[in-house]
Amino acid sequence: MAVCVAVIAKENYPLYIRSVPTENELKFHYMVHTSLDVVDEKISAMGKALVDQRELYLGLLYPTEDYKVYGYVTNSKVKFVMVVDSSNTALRDNEIRSMFRKLHNSYTDVMCNPFYNPGDRIQSRAFDSMVTSMMIQVC
Amino acid sequence: MVDAVLFEFLHTEMVAELWAHDSDLDPGPGGQKTSLLVLEGMGFRVGQALGERLPREMLAFREELDVLKFLCKDLWGAVFQKQMDSLRTNHQGTYVLQDSSFPLLVRMGSGLQYLEEAPKFLAFTCGLLRGTLSTLGIKSLVTASVAALPACKFQVVIQRS
Repeated sequence: MAVCVAVIAKENYPLYIRSVPTENELKFHYMVHTSLDVVDEKISAMGKALVDQRELYLGLLYPTEDYKVYGYVTNSKVKFVMVVDSSNTALRDNEIRSMFRKLHNSYTDVMCNPFYNPGDRIQSRAFDSMVTSMMIQVC
Repeated sequence: MVDAVLFEFLHTEMVAELWAHDSDLDPGPGGQKTSLLVLEGMGFRVGQALGERLPREMLAFREELDVLKFLCKDLWGAVFQKQMDSLRTNHQGTYVLQDSSFPLLVRMGSGLQYLEEAPKFLAFTCGLLRGTLSTLGIKSLVTASVAALPACKFQVVIQRS
């Protein structure tokens, strides 16, 4: 169950950012912003390493004492960042991967919507409801 | 199979419709250019969406040539049910993609008949290529040329700033 989900465009501005405890939102925004540096580092490291496989899922970006931040980058350099509660230890890698896959699928649907201009903020209700289903239920 | 036919008919109608209106606005080369731009713009938006949807399960592209190969194999396969016949490059940012029997031109005839009409039917596809490249992070300029129907060449010039 995620606590904050963000979709960042290729030019590193947010297309969609939503967190669940709506007070203290700024803290999550700041975390997502700092995680972008780690994402960039991983992308450039992948480019230089002579690895045959280049994965889209980046894995755990960095852990803090309360939260863990996971990243995923698409072929169009759109980044998905997810902040998860550390206390929820039942969350396995596979589940995070499947959450990212769902995010990617919904983002593709948003892209294919003729009423959406690439580069705008995402305002699709379908996307909102998918993200809500992934987030923690707080009170 | 049916989708390919539907797309061909839709495309033919799009070109016909734009050309019918174009003679009302501005007879002469100016009006024609607008119609070509409109077609290219439509292709661009579709290309952007396809550029997001098609590479979904694939691993990240390592370099430009991989992206071009993706265009020739996967994009062409998805839209036209066949692959591009040849891809050439000068290794300095120009790529020439050749298709010896382009599906949108195949119905028109083979040889030199209708050569002047052919560019209208290529504008959408040029936009499609440009849109897909733009989603994958490559700014480019795409032009098409026909020597004899139904073979055509698409020239992609990468714009490096």
